[in-house]
Amino acid sequence: MYMLVNDIRNMFPILSRKVYGKNLVYFDNAATSQRPQSVIDEWNRISAESNANIHRAVHCLADEATQAYEASRDAVRDFLNAEFREEIIFTSGTTASVNLVAFCFGEAFVKEGDEVVVTEAEHHSNIVPWQMMCQRKGAVLKVLPVDDDGHLMLDELDSLLTEKTRIMAVTHISNVLGLVNPIKEIIDRCHSKGVAVLVDGAQGAVHCKVDVRELDCDFYVFSGHKLYAATGTGVLYGKKKWLESMPPYMGGGEMVGTVRFSGTTYAPLPMKYEAGTQNFASAATLKSAIDFINLLNNSELNKSIDEIRDYILHCLNKDQRIRLYGVPRGTSDEKIPLFSFTVDGVHHEDLALILDKMGIAVRSGQMCAEPLMDRFGVTGMLRISLAPYNTIEEAEYFVKCLNKAIDMLI
Amino acid sequence: MSLQEAENAIIEEFSMYEEWLDKYEYLIELGKSLKDFPESSKTDEKLIKGCQSRVWLDYKIEGGKIIFNADSDAIITKGIISLLIGLYSGRTPQEILSSDFSVVEKIGLKENLSPTRANGLVSMIAKIREIAYGIEGLD
Ligand SMILES: Cc1ncc(COP(=O)(O)O)c(C=O)c1O
Repeated sequence: MYMLVNDIRNMFPILSRKVYGKNLVYFDNAATSQRPQSVIDEWNRISAESNANIHRAVHCLADEATQAYEASRDAVRDFLNAEFREEIIFTSGTTASVNLVAFCFGEAFVKEGDEVVVTEAEHHSNIVPWQMMCQRKGAVLKVLPVDDDGHLMLDELDSLLTEKTRIMAVTHISNVLGLVNPIKEIIDRCHSKGVAVLVDGAQGAVHCKVDVRELDCDFYVFSGHKLYAATGTGVLYGKKKWLESMPPYMGGGEMVGTVRFSGTTYAPLPMKYEAGTQNFASAATLKSAIDFINLLNNSELNKSIDEIRDYILHCLNKDQRIRLYGVPRGTSDEKIPLFSFTVDGVHHEDLALILDKMGIAVRSGQMCAEPLMDRFGVTGMLRISLAPYNTIEEAEYFVKCLNKAIDMLI
Repeated sequence: MSLQEAENAIIEEFSMYEEWLDKYEYLIELGKSLKDFPESSKTDEKLIKGCQSRVWLDYKIEGGKIIFNADSDAIITKGIISLLIGLYSGRTPQEILSSDFSVVEKIGLKENLSPTRANGLVSMIAKIREIAYGIEGLD
């Protein structure tokens, strides 16, 4: 289908607002993406028409709410090409999903002296839960480093994986570096040594076509709010064999079979991991968000965002004052439209403050990845991250404003 | 000039700039003109950890007046610091404590004081008061 970027922009009410009297240029999509009207409408529809607790009651409203919630599960299953719908667990986000796996996998399969591998490029959400689990279990956390261009040093992987390694947690795409990691190769190499793999797809699910069966990953996690859906939604995909053999995470309503003081049995998947009242109105928007992504994928717009990415990459690369982190080596297709950089002699906070007043929303700071900041010897970076509703005109305006801001500061 | 007069002078100065970028331009100039802290003085005790930028604050007492010295690794923050130092350095603890520090708000920099942006500044103002309070208590 042929769609212009303006057709897409018109679906996002927030994009027409102004900040400080200037047109909003939203370049902080990796932190949270904006929502199309269809997502807003679905949330409103559930709230206005079908608000009732799911899975519990037999009345009409409860049935409608449950159907909307479960329709999202089917949509996510198709989106990831999971084998079974009960392999899709709803959580509150990537962070919650990682914590769930780190805890439950740790309880079931990790003992003293065992090892867990993460990478230097991980978001804090994919480091700290593993550290906590290792502490609890007396296990050891090992780290796969990145090189100066931000690529994972795969040569070191085989020596990191030992017979004590139980699981590796790796990001599909780092929220700082924006490079698509070779996760298929990592998964295969881990599996050849009997190591399970969790993929942090917070950015990957947004920018890559994900097929969990082809990848053969054990767990794939992502957040709805970075994928055009409502906040407080998240997904944990886990292979059935793991989800069935791990203990539950939280105990509570709806995750049980029978409850007696003498002992409780647990509900089958997926309910086993969905204790308590779920964020059903928000979860229902995952389906609307995935419908939107499918629409996008059937259009030509992904090509135009690639062109915008190449334009920005070119502009940043040719500026001697700018240091870019996450440099593609082969074609630029290794990189998503996300750029983290520093400017010699200029503090990222100053740039972000000035760009903000020019109407451009960017991210600055450590970006929840302190180990990576340390790796590159910086206290923070500036990051821009684009979505398909961003335009080449916005990119040109950004480059102009960035230059102006740097001139003001130097 | 009394502290109150100095505060009013700054508020008036800022009211001349309508555009945000002009305000920043002015603050950047102020920041650039503020003497750098010697690297050796940038110790952890003097560091006021902000969200994004780091702020260092030092002081000494001369003839009953507090002399502040401060620095930041971000230039706009340093400009605001320079403003604060200009106002509060060389004053007695009593004078400092008589201020309600609303000047930052009045010159339209309130958003720079919001917790997510530059809580280094909020902490810096708190620290200036704390120092003044501590010294006043000694009298
Ligand atoms: C790569 C990556 N992992 C994990 C997270 C955490 O996601 P959330 O805060 O939605 O749980 C983020 C988002 O900031 C991310 O970009």
